[in-house]
Amino acid sequence: MRLRILDSGHGLGTKALFALIRTVSRQPVLDVIKLVRYRADFYGRPMSAVTQETMRGHSTWSIGDRELMAAYVAKTNQCEFCTKAHSAVARAAYHEGQKVSAILPDLDIAIIEEPLRATLLMLGKLTREHSVDVDDVRAVLAAGASRQQIEDALAVCFSFNVIGRLADAFGFSVPGPEAFEAGAKYLLARGYR
Amino acid sequence: MSDIRQAREALVSRILEGAGKALPSERRAAFNNSGLAGTVGSLVDKVAKYAFRITDEDFGAAMASGLSEDKVFEIVVCASVGQANRQYETALAALETAAGKE
Repeated sequence: MRLRILDSGHGLGTKALFALIRTVSRQPVLDVIKLVRYRADFYGRPMSAVTQETMRGHSTWSIGDRELMAAYVAKTNQCEFCTKAHSAVARAAYHEGQKVSAILPDLDIAIIEEPLRATLLMLGKLTREHSVDVDDVRAVLAAGASRQQIEDALAVCFSFNVIGRLADAFGFSVPGPEAFEAGAKYLLARGYR
Repeated sequence: MSDIRQAREALVSRILEGAGKALPSERRAAFNNSGLAGTVGSLVDKVAKYAFRITDEDFGAAMASGLSEDKVFEIVVCASVGQANRQYETALAALETAAGKE
């Protein structure tokens, strides 16, 4: 990472936790965990509250759908770490490994429910162009997504437009697939707290 | 769901108004991507617009201007949250117009 404090500036208790994570998971501690645990009162705790509500709070989008949205926002931002991390969680949540890898490369030809496709397209535009207009939102409503579903999807987009920027800015290292699989299991079991 | 309004407001309030190493005015300028000159301003603008292009040199230049790592940490967090927040609010406004106020 580009800031040494994020790699090794944690307190003793947090360092002990990292050692435990490495021992139990047999994987390196992901840089995203190092980030949220550094001076957690400033960013990690308040951001985790947002992300937990966004990704695990009540919604008519499934957890797999929301993880897919996170992966799609990350892919649009060209954030390799978050794309791989949340693709792994979406695959595990859907119990369909092929679904995620079929959808992410090309939404136009993917076999996917229309409300979800339209929502992903809107999130892609918002992430890429930094804004959407009324017609963009009307297209999602016309595809069958409810107002609440759009609001929920925008919350996912908010969270991962924060996290993806930080991953790229701080230079998160991208580990092998085993580390992301271990992270996916943790996020499905425990959430983002 | 899932009303993230309170949690989002708490996040924004904490990073802008709570205790920190960078001045509140610096954090707010990073959040708004407005009013920061030089290498720090360039780093903030990159975080907001194309974070994937950031390099070690961008961080090196910001710290060479006299910022500590903790200040850079806070400023980058504020820039990221600020950009995501602007996008979110723009989209919520479009939704309100399209679907009507709740």
